[in-house]
Amino acid sequence: MATSEKLEPPAPPSDATAAILVFAAVTMLVLPTLDAFGVIDHFTLNLWGKYLCYALLALSVDVLWGGTGLLSLGQGLFFALGGYMHGMYLMRMIGDQGQYHKPIPDFLVFLGWTELPAFWKPFEHFSFAMLMVFLLPGLIAGIFGWLAFRSRIKGVYFSILTQALTYAGALIFFRNNTLMGGNNGFTDFKLELGFALREPLTQRGLFIVTAAVLVGTILLLRWLQGTKFGLVQRAIRDGENRTLFSGYATPAFKLFIFVVAALIAAIGGALYVPQVGIINPSDMQTDKSLEAIVWVAVGGRGTIAGPILGAISVNLLKSYATRAMPDMWLILLGGLFLLVVLFLPGGLVSLPARLAPLWRKFRPTTSATV
Amino acid sequence: MAHPLLTVEDVTKTYDGFKAISNLNFYLFEGELRTVIGPNGAGKSTFFDLLTGRTQPDKGKIEFGTDPADSHDLTKLDEVSINRLGIGRKFQTPSVYAEHTVRENLILSIRGARGVFASLFHKLGSTENDRIDELLKLIRLEAKGEWKAGLLAHGEKQWLEIGMLLAQEPRVLLVDEPAAGMTDEETRRTGELLLSLAGKHSLVVVEHDMTFVKQIAVNGRVTVLHQGALLCEGKFDDVQADARVREVYLGRGKHGTR
Repeated sequence: MATSEKLEPPAPPSDATAAILVFAAVTMLVLPTLDAFGVIDHFTLNLWGKYLCYALLALSVDVLWGGTGLLSLGQGLFFALGGYMHGMYLMRMIGDQGQYHKPIPDFLVFLGWTELPAFWKPFEHFSFAMLMVFLLPGLIAGIFGWLAFRSRIKGVYFSILTQALTYAGALIFFRNNTLMGGNNGFTDFKLELGFALREPLTQRGLFIVTAAVLVGTILLLRWLQGTKFGLVQRAIRDGENRTLFSGYATPAFKLFIFVVAALIAAIGGALYVPQVGIINPSDMQTDKSLEAIVWVAVGGRGTIAGPILGAISVNLLKSYATRAMPDMWLILLGGLFLLVVLFLPGGLVSLPARLAPLWRKFRPTTSATV
Repeated sequence: MAHPLLTVEDVTKTYDGFKAISNLNFYLFEGELRTVIGPNGAGKSTFFDLLTGRTQPDKGKIEFGTDPADSHDLTKLDEVSINRLGIGRKFQTPSVYAEHTVRENLILSIRGARGVFASLFHKLGSTENDRIDELLKLIRLEAKGEWKAGLLAHGEKQWLEIGMLLAQEPRVLLVDEPAAGMTDEETRRTGELLLSLAGKHSLVVVEHDMTFVKQIAVNGRVTVLHQGALLCEGKFDDVQADARVREVYLGRGKHGTR
């Protein structure tokens, strides 16, 4: 960093900027390097790739909840839709290497199809699939948000509707006739842009892309917070009626941020599918979206670091607990949520500030002058 | 006589059978400072709600504009459109954005970009910054610009909200109990501020504190509401001397001079 100081006026790099740089370096460079040299195993890196995708889902939840005061219980829908759109491309890339050795996905053969349904055809192009990763969730969020916000649906009513929305999505995707793999969804992927998904190199590449997308999202959200839009967004959270009387058409602001949040979730889901190797309608079930709420609450809502920290730490705990004591996991999750709500409403990110007085108490010599 | 800026004619508003406003006529002229008094439940807040599009009347007309050929029907417009026409409102309980700094409260209020995309790429210009500094001085909060508004004293919040209202540069200011919770000195200064705004802006001030009303109604007229209807209107001294007013309002002593 010494070189850049010559070029720029010595603006003190804030703690947040330093934290983002460290986070970017660790996820985009250190972890992949450690993986390449065999210091950590491929399974671990892959697991962390999944956590980073969950971090994107958590950010999507918190942009609405902590940022705008909108508690959406349906962000899992957009995450899953993003995953499905990418999954369609991955299914096409299986080619005739499926169980039935037919040029169409196995589940379609099983349903008696001999030719590809028309809406599947463009998905053999990666670029089209990526376009749809954004387009479909964005469109659904746009239509739902437009209807909900112009009708001034707020508070718990909004939350219940979003939950109903993701549940409706799950029901639609559970149907075999939706031609999206029904109950089993998509799996057995082989290739991504010509690279074999089972190769560590491919997985490492996906991990780096995921980390880069996450860092990019962090920067985007930080920029957004600093704009006048960010001010209005927080004003809506703290007093929407007041904001209306300041001349801001709050439904338009809420619609915009709702679509942005859906896109963040969607790209998280799109990155999740090739790393985890499966997508099915259970990801649209309401409990998945609720779990993301717990991550945000545990990490600390209304911040950028909190949701990321929450998504990673709760899922680390989950990975451990579902192996060590599988029957206890949901009780543990519920207990964690209660503990945080009751004793640490600011989440993990508020812990240092909460502990500081204690620390001073036990180190009276250092704090005597404070 | 000139055409009024704000015309309210034969307006009635009922909530579940209760007549909050009944057959009300009210005319505000450009540059006027009008004080509205009336006991609790007289319909003052409903009156403001009707003027700002928060609620719509059951019948009657509410029009804005001095040119009868080109006036706006406020009963057809929502809060945002009415605000953008230049009608600003200060609420009874101070409604500032508690988690924003004092300066940010003013940035949010200052006249200008209100759209989604405009606010994404809005850069605060030097004229806007100067205007904010000017306002901070006017509301005597220049030393607390970076304070979170929620940390201000009650009276300071009232002033901030007046500042937020002025930042919008509205043609009409609807001010609901600006002096509530203020010390005598703060109240007096608030009165001076409002008086200095008359002429350039048109104001409707709802107030309970009779000392304050006497101060700000020195040149203007006072409207007395009672049970949602107009009881009487006139100079402060005439209104104070009116037997009906004394009976329903002043005579009870409850809201008398402190």
